[in-house]
Amino acid sequence: MGWFRRRYGAGPLRLLSLIACLAFAGYVVTRILSGPEGIRILVWFAGAAVAHDLVLWPLYAVADRGAVVAARRYPDRLPRVPWVNHVRVPTILSAVLLAVSFPLVFRWSEPAYHTASGLTESPYLGRWLLLTGVAFGFSAVLYAFRVGRVMAEGGGQ
Amino acid sequence: MSARSIATLARRMPGPATLHSRWKSPLRGPWLTSVFGVVLLVGIPIEFITGLVSWAAYDPRLAGNDTTPQHGILSFYLFNWVTSPSWLYRVSQGTHVLLGLALVPVLLAKLWSVIPRLFAWPPLRSLANLLERVSLLLLVGGAVFEFATGILNIDYDYSFKFSFYNGHFYGAWAFIAGFTLHAALKFGRMRRALRSRRFRTELTIGLAGTLPEAPIPGLDDPPEGSLVAAHPAPATISRRGVLALVGGGSLAVFLATAGQSIRLLRPLSLLSPRTQSYGSGPNAFQVNRTAPAAGIAASDTGPGWKLELVGPTGTTAQLTRADLMSMTLVTAELPIACVEGWSTVQRWTGVRLADLARLVGIARPTGAHVQSLERRGAFNQASLSGQQVRAGEALLALRVNGADLSPDHGYPARVIVPAAPGVHNTKWVTRITFTGKEVG
Repeated sequence: MGWFRRRYGAGPLRLLSLIACLAFAGYVVTRILSGPEGIRILVWFAGAAVAHDLVLWPLYAVADRGAVVAARRYPDRLPRVPWVNHVRVPTILSAVLLAVSFPLVFRWSEPAYHTASGLTESPYLGRWLLLTGVAFGFSAVLYAFRVGRVMAEGGGQ
Repeated sequence: MSARSIATLARRMPGPATLHSRWKSPLRGPWLTSVFGVVLLVGIPIEFITGLVSWAAYDPRLAGNDTTPQHGILSFYLFNWVTSPSWLYRVSQGTHVLLGLALVPVLLAKLWSVIPRLFAWPPLRSLANLLERVSLLLLVGGAVFEFATGILNIDYDYSFKFSFYNGHFYGAWAFIAGFTLHAALKFGRMRRALRSRRFRTELTIGLAGTLPEAPIPGLDDPPEGSLVAAHPAPATISRRGVLALVGGGSLAVFLATAGQSIRLLRPLSLLSPRTQSYGSGPNAFQVNRTAPAAGIAASDTGPGWKLELVGPTGTTAQLTRADLMSMTLVTAELPIACVEGWSTVQRWTGVRLADLARLVGIARPTGAHVQSLERRGAFNQASLSGQQVRAGEALLALRVNGADLSPDHGYPARVIVPAAPGVHNTKWVTRITFTGKEVG
């Protein structure tokens, strides 16, 4: 047992489950490859992990780190209410809404959409901007309210 | 490159200490990861099961219905798709799409919470570690692939350029392999981590009191590297703030998309693909594939149109629309429910499919093959099971909400079968071939 664990790096039950999982996935891959679009599906599958881990995550992590650094460097001249989350939260909400609707918002899928529905995608950009505006507007009002409360309490600088 | 410069490079490569100390977030930790994990542990199986249900609803064993012909043993669970309750596909597929969308923020948060694991150093410690990394590709690649193809498909973006049915179906099986293994390996840790802090207490702690999670001995320690940062920065958002943000993100996505399945939420559904208004009138509801897009000319559906019925021994019958209108007409409230998640319930009037079968001498139909005037298109035909053809509310509809069908809704006649996926309700029907026992 100890020998196995040393050589392999984990217990035998773990190895058995891993082999079962990978063998089954291997079977699924043979099913995918027996179709005409197999390679393209596999490329998208692997690409999905790469796109998240090495593109999407680094981009939003750097953007967020930038916002935090900026918030630390440029505190508001108004009474000290941290502002970073008042930018973070509406930005993230807006981004998440865009993530589920971007082909409509940017009208990238207009021909297929029109074929199916007989309508156009023209309303969606405006609607997404409206929701984004509401999120930022609400955040701004909340921020103003918090600043006002600190001032009323005589906080100030 | 000289030996010296390689040595210099090697020294500059991130070692375990330097890399691990780069993670700054004071919020990452086994408890937070487990909170997101438990939501996905409930949500992903619902997604998987409703997905399998949807594939079964297409009745892939009937001729011409299989969208994934290479499926092999993956069809082991198939059953005859039901016709009652009529809202079954509407609810299961609506759940699949709306829950999937609402899980997007949770999935992203979960991936964020464990991203340090991806960059663990050294990248491969043992054979076990290597195999686990491959299984994680199934998990992470599978999750992102399934969510991405699902979103692109409901938003009519087919830039992946493979059959959505193929990709989403096989992707789901590869994903669920990685997911099941991951859930099995991590379940014990997840339970212990969840018990390490009280959820309700967490909701009372503001930014000032937000400290990194305490490492749990024997649970979250190296060699994998703790999820808790070695040198965390001060918190800029509270733990409850992160939970509210992720939950609020899910709620926002849900409200912005749910109206295409839940009528009550329609006014809020600004970003759902299929809640745009079609104006008012009996035919003012969602169209899937317009008559012009399907190449249906007015001359094809004019007075010259005839429905051809074919029986098992080559018996045929030709019926004009007036012939059909003079038969016994049945009215039923039935949904059109699309694989994209949207659905709409309308009042359809038409002739029972079983009555049409009788016209070509079939007393007990065991199936039907329905063909459309549409020349191209994946769904210009569909096979129906005996159960579907025999259902009392399975109709060849001629009218909807008291008016003739509009060209976009399939005039002169379309199929409507309770609980069938939308695309199996063939429009612009030109021929129905029945199988079954002849009247004897």
